Amino acid sequence: MTEEERGVTDQSGTVGTDAAPPLTGDVVVEGEDLAPAIVEVPESSGRSVSGVLKGALEKVRSGQSGLVPILLGLVALVIFFQTKNSLFLSVGNLSNLLTQASYLVTFGFAEIWVLLLGEIDLSAGYNGAIAGAVVAVLAGIYHRYPWWLAIICGLAVSTCIGALVGTLVIRLRIPSFIVSLAFLLGLQGVLLKILNFDNYQGSVSTSSGPLLDLVNGNLSPAAGWILVAIGVGGFAILTVLSDARRRRSGSEGVPFGVTLFKVLAVAAGGVALALVCNANRGVIVHLSGIPFCVPIVLGILILWQFLLKRTRFGRNIYAIGGNAEAARRAGVNNGMNRLAAFALTGFTAGAAGILYTSRLGGSSTSVDGGQLVLLAVAAAVIGGVSLFGGRGKMVHALVGGMIIAIIYNGMGLIGLDAATQDIVIGLVLLAAVSVEAISRRSAVRA
Amino acid sequence: MEPTFQASPSTATNVAVEGGVATASRNNDQPLLSLRGISKNFGAVQALVDVDLDISLGQVTALIGDNGAGKSTLIKTISGIWSPSEGSIFWNGEQVTLKTPRDADALGIATVYQDLALCDNLDIVANMFLGHETMRRGLLDENAMESAAKTTLNGLSVTTVKSVRQLVESLSGGQRQSVAVARAVMRDAKLVILDEPTAALGVSQTAQVLSLIRRLADRGIAVLLISHNLNDVFSVADRLAVLHLGRMVHSGPASDYTPQTAVEIITTGSFVKAGTGAGSTPSSASGEPA
Repeated sequence: MTEEERGVTDQSGTVGTDAAPPLTGDVVVEGEDLAPAIVEVPESSGRSVSGVLKGALEKVRSGQSGLVPILLGLVALVIFFQTKNSLFLSVGNLSNLLTQASYLVTFGFAEIWVLLLGEIDLSAGYNGAIAGAVVAVLAGIYHRYPWWLAIICGLAVSTCIGALVGTLVIRLRIPSFIVSLAFLLGLQGVLLKILNFDNYQGSVSTSSGPLLDLVNGNLSPAAGWILVAIGVGGFAILTVLSDARRRRSGSEGVPFGVTLFKVLAVAAGGVALALVCNANRGVIVHLSGIPFCVPIVLGILILWQFLLKRTRFGRNIYAIGGNAEAARRAGVNNGMNRLAAFALTGFTAGAAGILYTSRLGGSSTSVDGGQLVLLAVAAAVIGGVSLFGGRGKMVHALVGGMIIAIIYNGMGLIGLDAATQDIVIGLVLLAAVSVEAISRRSAVRA
Repeated sequence: MEPTFQASPSTATNVAVEGGVATASRNNDQPLLSLRGISKNFGAVQALVDVDLDISLGQVTALIGDNGAGKSTLIKTISGIWSPSEGSIFWNGEQVTLKTPRDADALGIATVYQDLALCDNLDIVANMFLGHETMRRGLLDENAMESAAKTTLNGLSVTTVKSVRQLVESLSGGQRQSVAVARAVMRDAKLVILDEPTAALGVSQTAQVLSLIRRLADRGIAVLLISHNLNDVFSVADRLAVLHLGRMVHSGPASDYTPQTAVEIITTGSFVKAGTGAGSTPSSASGEPA
C-alpha cells in the first residue's frame, strides 16, 4: 500500500496532495482549505472587468465567440453604405430596414433549433409560406376568421409540418437534409394547391387590419417609449438580481462593471430604437412609431434564448448537438428532444412566414421558399451558428439576418442590381465562415 | 430494484441474517460488490466462465488480462449493460439483479468508459450535471451546479483546471478524464469503474489520473480499474484480479505479485514457479477469495 502511494506521488509531482476529504458534505468544505481551489486564477477567469474583457478576447481568438467580429463587420457595412449614400442612415430607411430584416431574422431563429442539433430543415421556407397562406385564406374575404384565430391555425399547421419532418428524421433515421428536401419540393406544390383552391387565382391579399399591421403598422410614439421603458427596466432588474445572486454564491464571470455595461448597452439600444422610429419619417403625411414587428421579433428572441439557456430542454439540445451518444448515456431522451426542436423550427418558421405575408400584403404563389430558407441558414451561419451542431445562440440569427438585410438594402440604395447583390451576399457568407474556420484552426494549433 | 434478501457468501455465518435484519452494522470485511459464479455466453462463445470477484470500499481493484480475456464483458455485466447467463451479484451482501444501466446507476455504480462521453461544446459544469441538472423553480440552477462542481473537483484535488466554466474541448486528456471521474463521484457513486483511463494519455497526464484514482479510493470509494499498463496497475492497485480466457485465474493483494508474475499469468493463465518473497501463493479463482 505504502509502496503504491509512493509510486503515485513520485510520478504526480505537482498535482499530488495528501488532502483526501471523505465524502460527507461538511468535511468537504474543510477540504477546500486543504486542497488549492481550482478557481484561483482570477486574471482569466473573470473576477474583474479586465478579466472578463481578457477572457472575451481569448474567446474571440479561439473562435468561440463569432459575435464580436461579426458586429465589427456590421458596423463596417453601415459606415460603408452611409458614405456611399447618405440616405442609408435616415430614419425612414432605418425603419424600413427593420421591417425588411424582421422575417429574415425570424426564419433564422427557426433554423437555429435544428442547426443546434447538427440537422437542417430545408422545408422551413415553404412551411412558413404555407402558414402565411393559411392565415391569409382564413382571415380573408372567403372565410373571415378573426385574425388571431387565423394566426393560431397557421402556426398549428406549420408546427405539425415541422414535427412531421422531425418524426421521419428520427424514426426512419433518414438524414434531415433529404427529408426536408423532399418536403421543400412537396410543400411548394401544397402552397400552389392552397392558393389555387376555389377561385383564389394564386394569391390572397391581407389588404387591411391587424394582419397587415403586423409588419407595416407602428406603435404610437408614446406606446413605443412605454414599451422601451418596460423592456429596459425589466432587463435591468432581472440582470442585476441574477448577477447579484451569482456573485453571492461565488460563481464566475460577473463583476459589477459587466452588469452595469450590459444594462447600459440595452438601455442605449432601446432609446436609440425609440428615437429613430419615433421621428417623423413620412414624406407627405406624418409617419412615426416603432413597427409592430420589432417587439414581435424581440419577443421571440428573448423567449427562445431563455428556453435554450435556462431550461433543461435547451441544455439537452446543446448536449445532443455536441455529442448525441454522451447525452443518451447521461439519460437524455434524444428522440423527444429532437422532435421538440423540429416542431419549434416549424412553429418559428410559421411565425416568420406570417410576418412575410404581412409585409407583402398577402400570400401568393410567387413566394420563393427555397430562397427564404437558404437566407435563413445564411443568417444563422453568418451570425456564428455552427452547421455541425451544438454551437450558437438565437442572437446570432438577429445579427446575421440584419447583415443580410443591410446588404440588400444598402446595395439597393446605391443602385446595384439584384445580380450583384446576390453575388455579394454569397461572398459575405463565405467570408463569415472562413473567418470562423481560420480562427478555430489557429486556436487548435495554439 | 427488488433485491432478494439473501446472505452473501462472506456473511454466511453472520447471525444478523436471522430474521432478515438488514440494519445489522456492516462488517468492514464485507465486500461492497461480490460476483459469484458469473458466466456469460454469446451463443456458443463462452465469454466468462464461473467468475468470482470481490470489490471493497476504499480499495483500487485492478482487473487485468489480455485482449479477449473477458474484461469488457465483465464490466458490462457489472454496469448493467448485459445480464450474466449464470451466477449471482451481491451488493453490500444483498443479492441484486442488474438488468439495465439504470439499475446499476441506482445502486451507485458509475462507469467511466474509454471515450469518456463528454460534450465538447458544453462547459465543465454542464457536463458534470448532464441529465441530472439541479433545478430551481423549474429552471436550471447554474449557481448551485457551479458551486457543487467546484466542491467536487476541489475535493478530488483536481487543481489544474483554470475555470469550471471552461468548455470541455479546451481541456487536456487528463483533465477530461478528471471531469468524467468527478461526474461519477458527484453523483455519489460507491463504485467507480474506469475503463483504460490512461490509455490515451502522456506521462504527466497519466500521473495526474493515477493520483486521482488513488484519492478516490482514499475517500472510501471502491474503484475497479481496467488497464493494460502494468506500471499503472502496480502503482495504484490494492488488489489484482487476472482474467484469462474468460476465467478468473488469480486474484489477491497486489503485493503478492510482481509485474513479471502478472505478465506470466496474463499470458499463460498461471505462473509455474512461485515468485519472490512473501505471499507467493495468491488464492486462485476457484478457491475462496481472501
